Amino acid sequence: MKYIFDLHQTMLDHNLILVYEGEFTQEITKSVLAMAERNMDSSGEESSIKRKVFNVMVECLQNIVKHAEDIEANHSAIFMIGKRDNEYLIVSGNPIENDHIDGLKSKLENINGLDKDGLKSLYKDIIKNTEISDKGGAGLGFVDMARKSGNPLEFDFLDMDNTHKFFCLKTTISRA
Amino acid sequence: MEILNLEGTEDTPKIILDKGNGIFEISGRSLPEDSAEFYQPVLDWIDEYSKDPNSSTDFMIKLEYFNTASSKLILDVLSALEDIEGMTILWYFHEDDEDMEEAGEEFSELVEIPFEFKTY
Repeated sequence: MKYIFDLHQTMLDHNLILVYEGEFTQEITKSVLAMAERNMDSSGEESSIKRKVFNVMVECLQNIVKHAEDIEANHSAIFMIGKRDNEYLIVSGNPIENDHIDGLKSKLENINGLDKDGLKSLYKDIIKNTEISDKGGAGLGFVDMARKSGNPLEFDFLDMDNTHKFFCLKTTISRA
Repeated sequence: MEILNLEGTEDTPKIILDKGNGIFEISGRSLPEDSAEFYQPVLDWIDEYSKDPNSSTDFMIKLEYFNTASSKLILDVLSALEDIEGMTILWYFHEDDEDMEEAGEEFSELVEIPFEFKTY
């Protein structure tokens, strides 16, 4: 039974207020959003912070939903929300095929290299010139997450198996 | 012309497009699973309306939240409205919601339609 205590301790150590592991769908997305909203409402969080957290959560969760079907069913994803005195952390982890890593990495590095105005013009450029993909994405999710958080998107790719790596993404929203 | 009337849900906005009563409104939250599918009836309705529009149209967009896939479709909606004579967009944002104000400003820079900004 020690794993229960360990898991609980890990959550406390990392200030995690919500952890979800498993299948990701639009219905799950709505449930997770509702839980996080209730948590922020009951703690009396400022509405501008609430909106930013909600915004980043939606893009993060819908990214996973859209790309979940790429991966065989036994590779599920994880989503977490951390809350510290001065910030919220929106964290996700999901398997990604090796072929997609370079493209994803350069997209994220490009975003992290841009300031506020740079992100704004990238956003406008993409929204004007990109069609909705067959997965329903506009290609704007990461740009929007970076804009709303005002912080770089932290990411890593951890070894999983021969064909996949585990894509970890952390977005920080300051509470100040 | 038929009225398009969709009740809002937790992930889709309320929509009323009513030529006879001069009500044109998208409000609430927009984060549908498939934004292209959700907005298609709106685009179809506007296409029909553009053939014989009212002399002036105040089109109200009062969203408390929209996801990025919806933002692409909102731009498609605005582009469809662009060529209609007498079109004005009434862009509502909550008085402390700078992001929604900025989103409206960005849309106004992407299409050639007058925007009026209003707070609630």
